[in-house]
Amino acid sequence: MTDTTALVGLLRKRLPDLDLEVAEFRGEVTVMVPAGRAFEALSALREVPMWLPALTDLTAVDRHPAEPRFEVVYLLTGYEPPVRLRVKARLQGETPVIGSVTTLWPGANWLEREVYDLFGIRFVGHPDLARILMPDDWEGHPLRKDYSLTEEPVQFAGHTPKVPGRIIPKSPPRR
Amino acid sequence: MRTGPADTARAVAEVERGVLTTTVDRMVAWARRGSVWPASFGLACCAIEMMCTAAARFDLARFGSEIFRASPRQADLMIVSGRVSQKMAPVLRHIYDQMLEPKWVIAMGDCASCGGVFNNYALVQGVDKVVPVDVYVAGCPPRPEALMHGFIMLQEKIATGGRR
Amino acid sequence: MPEPRAETLTINMGPQHPATHGVLRLVLELEGEVIVGARPIIGYLHTGFEKEMENRTYHQNIVFPARIEYLATFSEEMAYVLAVEKLLGITPPPRAQVARIILAELSRIASHLVFLGSSAIDVNVTSGFMYCLQDREEVLDIFETVSGQRMMHGYYRIGGLHCDLPDGFEARVRRLTEGLAARIDEYDALLTDNLIWRKRLEGVAVLTPQTALAYGCTGPVLRGSGVNYDVRKAFPYSGYEQFEFDVPLGSNGDAFDRYLVRMEEMRQSRRIILQALDRLPGGPVCLDDRKIALPPRSELVRGMEAVIHHFKLVSEGMHPPVGEVYAAVESPRGEKGYYLVSDGSNRPSRVRVRAATFNNLQALPAMVFKGSVADVVVAIASIDVVLGDVDR
Repeated sequence: MTDTTALVGLLRKRLPDLDLEVAEFRGEVTVMVPAGRAFEALSALREVPMWLPALTDLTAVDRHPAEPRFEVVYLLTGYEPPVRLRVKARLQGETPVIGSVTTLWPGANWLEREVYDLFGIRFVGHPDLARILMPDDWEGHPLRKDYSLTEEPVQFAGHTPKVPGRIIPKSPPRR
Repeated sequence: MRTGPADTARAVAEVERGVLTTTVDRMVAWARRGSVWPASFGLACCAIEMMCTAAARFDLARFGSEIFRASPRQADLMIVSGRVSQKMAPVLRHIYDQMLEPKWVIAMGDCASCGGVFNNYALVQGVDKVVPVDVYVAGCPPRPEALMHGFIMLQEKIATGGRR
Repeated sequence: MPEPRAETLTINMGPQHPATHGVLRLVLELEGEVIVGARPIIGYLHTGFEKEMENRTYHQNIVFPARIEYLATFSEEMAYVLAVEKLLGITPPPRAQVARIILAELSRIASHLVFLGSSAIDVNVTSGFMYCLQDREEVLDIFETVSGQRMMHGYYRIGGLHCDLPDGFEARVRRLTEGLAARIDEYDALLTDNLIWRKRLEGVAVLTPQTALAYGCTGPVLRGSGVNYDVRKAFPYSGYEQFEFDVPLGSNGDAFDRYLVRMEEMRQSRRIILQALDRLPGGPVCLDDRKIALPPRSELVRGMEAVIHHFKLVSEGMHPPVGEVYAAVESPRGEKGYYLVSDGSNRPSRVRVRAATFNNLQALPAMVFKGSVADVVVAIASIDVVLGDVDR
């Protein structure tokens, strides 16, 4: 297995009934899989001989207010040969749920706890899904888009207080 | 051996030359300012500059404060070196409460003083919301010289009993 | 019939503990002297960088990376800047690329010196700490002449560097590298064959290659276990493929091997720096694209156009295309990556910081299992943990 095309082909062969969406941007290949079968796809990829990837990163993206709102992102890196592949799964609703990959990579333990802590995505089958970065009694999930940054206004000498994040407002994409 | 009045006068002069009269407060303050022991308590980036201040080039020992104590019970100065998160704030207060009186606090750096470049859900905007602060040192992170300046200011404050 | 278990003792270590290199907290379960369970508790330095960066423009965000990992500031800035450049599809000029390599490798040396000093002080070699920090000061002096700051440089720009390297930079770095070779040999002589040092480090905190891979460890922690993975070799960035250097590997996966790997990495960094100085090209240090990079100050006083570009970039920022990228560098602690998601607006829609020590620290319970409490200190030092990086 030397490149991402071969990997995607192999995944198609292993799981022929899987609905794959393949995207490429700046030389990085992203495979979108249905959330219900993400575990299956990831375990198939993990066993690819001559690649045997490590889970470099596991994170999430919040596309609020779009639906499906959340994306869980897995970044797999094989060290020899060095090939990266990104696998994503879309999740719907306020209380999203996806299968845990801690049985495939023990290192997913903290990463999934972090995603649970900051996004509120539950991982089924995780041995100890508790908050990791925020205090245990914290309310809400800070990295969700509808959770505000909660900035305090800052007083500049001689001016009215300003919220720093709003000094340069967000401007829409250019056509 | 007998001693005459001349001997007594000489003895009195001798004693007067060697004795300084002062108040107990001032003497204690003088002793305190020369041996401030900081708690070895690093939080973030500023902790690295705090280490540099204690290390060879800047040598905080010149001001009598090189002994960083691992236990807060042996320390009388807390240098809050870095950003204080909501999760750390209760711990910080606990450590402060464990320190024995008299105790002082230096807020080192912008984050500890006022939140610095961060203004969000996770951070306490200034450690003075948790513990009383004696000296604020500006900078992100402050240079070791700045921390030493803060130190000298604190020593002045201790020597004058907190009065300006 | 299962054997009756002896009663275990649970002790707490941290978050204020001199050997945890910050605010790491550990809950240890002991059976007599032997550790049968360890649970790191993190988050005491959670700063909310990712959320903060989503609320700032791409240019404003340059100030944050150095504050995430404050020991390897230049590699950290490089990771963020490379990610934005990848998103935009641009390449900085050759002089900027080589300058970035020199500064990143100097950062690596500075960071490994702190590792050496702080792990020495953990094993009670207090003089080693003083020596190492003194050498680090000399590296910081160079950083100061380059960027004006000892630690939080903000010197890299999207598309290049803020300004050219200062006069006498090359001579200064050469002088430093000369002195450094002798200093590293001196530390070698001081520690590597020191009986106490070896007794404290050898066979302690062993990490098998399988465990290291399972936990996604990178950097010297992974290479100390003998797995050959270095981002500079595997996914070269900024022109690293043109440089000759070796990737040192350990064989036993213990704290001593990790120490040896870092010592050798300092020598290899020196080698890269010398090669880079030899081939430091001339020319501009920043792209000329006015939609991306700020115009130089000299143009601002001469033309209205430059002022308009400057105003637009500062007051609104730029609009990269919609997409997602991941760019990684080999920081002194392992693979440091930035995953950016752009929705086409002037702010990133998601910034994810892939922290090397977050994964490396996860392997700590496996390292200290069946060890003694004193070895925990050595294990933490050998991971070279930076809590700002773990908690972000």
